[in-house]
Amino acid sequence: MSVTVDRPEWEAAEERSRRGSHLVEVALRIRELGILLVLGLVVAVTAAYNPRFLSAQSIRDLLLNASIIALLTVGQTLVVITRNVDLSVGSVLGLSAFMTGDLLAGHQGLPIVVALLAGIVLGAACGAVNGAVTAIGRVPSLVVTLGTLYVFRGIDFGWAGGRQINASNLPDSLLALGSGRILGVPYLVAITVVLVAVTAYVLRSYRSGRELYAIGSNPDAAVLAGIPVGRRVFAAFVLSGAVAGLAGMLWTARYGTVDATAGTGFELQVISAVVVGGVAIFGGSGSVVGAALGALLLSTIGSALVVLKVPSFWQQAIVGALLIGAIALDRWVGLRIAAALRQRSIRSGS
Amino acid sequence: MAADPPQTEPARQEQRFGPRRLLRWETALVLLLVAVALVGQQTSTGFLTGTNLFYLGLDVGEIALMALPLTMIIVAGEIDLSIASILGLCSALIGYLWDAGWSLETIFPAVVVAGALAGAFNGFLVTRLGLPSLAVTIGTLALYRGLAFVILGDKAVADFPAQYTRFGTTPVPGTHIPYPIVLFAVLAVLFAVLLHATPFGRSVFAIGANQEAAFFSGIRVKRAKLVLYVLSGAVSGLAGIVYTLRFASARADNGAGLELAVVAAVLLGGVSIFGGRGTLGGVVAAVFLLGGIRNLLILNDVSNDTLNVVTGLLLIGSVVAPNSVAAVARLLRRRGTASSVPSEPARAA
Amino acid sequence: MSPTALRGQRRWAAVALALTCAVALAACGGTTKEGSSGGSATTAAGQANPNAPLKQGLKIAFLPKQLNNPYFTVADNGGLEAVKEFGGQGKAVGPSEASASSQVSYINTLAQQRQDAIVISANDPNAIVPALKAASAQGVKIVTFDSDTAPEGRQIFVNQATAEDLGRSEVQLLAKQINNTGEIAILSATANATNQNTWINFMKDELSKPEYKNMKLVKVAYGNDDDQVSFQQTQGLLQAYPKLKGIISPTTVGIAAAARYLSGSSYKGKVALTGLGTPNQMRKFVQDGTVESFELWDPGKLGYLAAYAAAALASGQITGKEGETFKAGELGEKKIGKDGEVLLGPPQVFNKQNIAQFNF
Repeated sequence: MSVTVDRPEWEAAEERSRRGSHLVEVALRIRELGILLVLGLVVAVTAAYNPRFLSAQSIRDLLLNASIIALLTVGQTLVVITRNVDLSVGSVLGLSAFMTGDLLAGHQGLPIVVALLAGIVLGAACGAVNGAVTAIGRVPSLVVTLGTLYVFRGIDFGWAGGRQINASNLPDSLLALGSGRILGVPYLVAITVVLVAVTAYVLRSYRSGRELYAIGSNPDAAVLAGIPVGRRVFAAFVLSGAVAGLAGMLWTARYGTVDATAGTGFELQVISAVVVGGVAIFGGSGSVVGAALGALLLSTIGSALVVLKVPSFWQQAIVGALLIGAIALDRWVGLRIAAALRQRSIRSGS
Repeated sequence: MAADPPQTEPARQEQRFGPRRLLRWETALVLLLVAVALVGQQTSTGFLTGTNLFYLGLDVGEIALMALPLTMIIVAGEIDLSIASILGLCSALIGYLWDAGWSLETIFPAVVVAGALAGAFNGFLVTRLGLPSLAVTIGTLALYRGLAFVILGDKAVADFPAQYTRFGTTPVPGTHIPYPIVLFAVLAVLFAVLLHATPFGRSVFAIGANQEAAFFSGIRVKRAKLVLYVLSGAVSGLAGIVYTLRFASARADNGAGLELAVVAAVLLGGVSIFGGRGTLGGVVAAVFLLGGIRNLLILNDVSNDTLNVVTGLLLIGSVVAPNSVAAVARLLRRRGTASSVPSEPARAA
Repeated sequence: MSPTALRGQRRWAAVALALTCAVALAACGGTTKEGSSGGSATTAAGQANPNAPLKQGLKIAFLPKQLNNPYFTVADNGGLEAVKEFGGQGKAVGPSEASASSQVSYINTLAQQRQDAIVISANDPNAIVPALKAASAQGVKIVTFDSDTAPEGRQIFVNQATAEDLGRSEVQLLAKQINNTGEIAILSATANATNQNTWINFMKDELSKPEYKNMKLVKVAYGNDDDQVSFQQTQGLLQAYPKLKGIISPTTVGIAAAARYLSGSSYKGKVALTGLGTPNQMRKFVQDGTVESFELWDPGKLGYLAAYAAAALASGQITGKEGETFKAGELGEKKIGKDGEVLLGPPQVFNKQNIAQFNF
């Protein structure tokens, strides 16, 4: 990313926001701890009922179940922070999953790195379409990505044409990626953790990362502050697409069977996870770590219900109630912080 | 949905009745609708027949119904993604109560009330707790669908009497008009009057255009939004009845995923996602345009994939096209001001 | 402030009132479950002429549960091949997601297109019946295959195997693998899938026999015919029931997902799995020892038989009454059984020795 010319106002604004941001950061930390607490509670209750819930196999399964959605939340968080939304992630995932599967099944002996790159590039291209229409056409991303949700899925159906790619057609190295482990940790989980960590660092410590928050907090102010809003939003969509492309490739690796319906309806799951994870739906705040934990919490609840022998119909209702609880809590905390920040700025006499 | 869009045009009230109406998106939709009808007639002898139009009407019934209140909600700058789940919840409730021995005449009003309550809960969260409607209704989308499954489980209740299911499967005697479309027409008129010809409707536009300004000019913003959500819930409940009768089957998963189709129809109808702009006529045209295209593609054995792609492209086109027009107009206007001509003639160009 | 709001309120009240009126419709006399009569039986078809030749140029449409499901791709292709044999025009259309509502608009359209027959696998046994009746009234013959509707919705149901055969034989397959001892579970599709539930009832019946007294069915789980859900349900089953010895999954999606989970977990080889699967999906797991044997009919032959049944109906050879017979190409003569059912034949068991011979 190119560095923009520094302006004094910018520095001053940043300086001012840095003072306030400490408090916000503490709140965010607490938010993440809150999710961990609920997660711990769910796991503890389930484990008390059935200790096998804490066996190594089970924990691996829990992490694996969450990893693809958690991966998608990384890209989605970037987009949501800028006060946009990417509804097309499920379709991009499906398209990439089928393409990588088709590629590997059709060209035996092709190294899987090529498929991996192909998936990421395809996803990034889809993201570029979303980003370009949103940023250049200056149209609401909700509408654009709702449109591309249909378009990408349509292309996927057209491409697959009723075919299904099965495990027996896929190279073993790919399936090993889906089920293998490194130091006891499944590859998928490791990839997700690394990506979350890197993104969290960039968002926290790099100017381009901080600028995403600035755009989401106040787009007009961001323009006035000299932030290349269009470029940053475009980049966020490209990254979200690339992550979805990567997730699609990993989907194929994990499930070993892929047809045109892979990832249908994922968009709402991902957004739910992001919101439960404390990312404000109107941008400007939230962290990828929180979002990924949100994904882990939601999928763990799903698994816990099976173990607790609760009829699976309850799952959706519980997820919905949790979501509403999470945003209500965020609202409450947000109001508190805003009040505290106001007082502080009065005291510091700005 | 409170973001102020760059493309908000000033003086939208005058435009609604001005000559520029001809250039409006709604006009384009009607032209597209005519084009679909012409293409349909050319490519398939079955398209413009009474029976086919009857089926077309049946197919769009629930989407058309739910699009009415959703239009008002989006005009007010909010959104409701839980409508299809309310439909499913009400359908499940119909099955449950029917099994419990209630009469259909009691069940129908009861589920409309239940829908209204579900909508009121959305409205409560949005207006009283001040939560963002997008997040709230994604939450209640899961919650209401979940409750539907809790009520009815995976059961399907299908033994409804034919004297009622015929409302969902046969036309009004002597015509090719489906009953749901009659219901829709009545409601469409009511909603059009409500949105475009009453103070309440004007306040909805005002809220969508600028919530603070609306508040300070004395509009009871929260009350108005609450009313909209209650309406949305009640009409979704009604759509649940229509759906259940049409398929003679009450199931918890009825109408799953329909919310995106309804949102797509409303946005395609030219309603701005940022609120403050849109007409009910445009939405009605969009509903029938999408239904017509779908019907036409199926009649000509074109696969569902193409339909997805067409829907998506139309949706993107619906926001990009007016924006490009606006951008060109801005360009012209800038030239206009350079030659020191007031902006009005430039806008008309 | 208040006049506007008040008037708005009054308007709203008017709308609410109108809504209630529209809903209440005719509130005379309560229509309750007890007071109503069930669906009326339809079609008193004309006389069958067993010697009528198959008509040329018959238009036959296949409407599977969903178009992009490989199982149905094979079935449709089998059917289309049969249509070609008897000189008709065949096509396969359908929704991309398996929901009842999406099938209805296709039924309506096919009736519009004046097809001679529709061969359909029902997503919901009841929801599509009104549409099928309407199509029937326009002279379109209806054949269901794979998954039936309520009998009044169709003339003939082409059954892949009797529910009894399938249910019992799956229990027998599993019993052999676990020496008739231990806890078992069933991983089904959706809880209201007609065919699955009939099979499960026969499984339970078979399990009640004395030789299975040491086998205990602990849970019926539902994977919704969704790969990922089935996968997670399998995980959950193994955690919730640590003593689980075997799983029966009478759905191709479920068994493949379960096999994939087992083959990558520590339960491989310890927990037996059987059910209904396609050889192409299961080949890998049979070869690596996760699965010993499973069974299925040939979906291509199922579609083939359904196509001939549809043609025989449309040509007036049969009307769907019990005891009528028709010729089904290379499958020979088939007889219509009770309730208009035509049976394909006993299921085929696949194992390590024979799986290489099958490609579907």
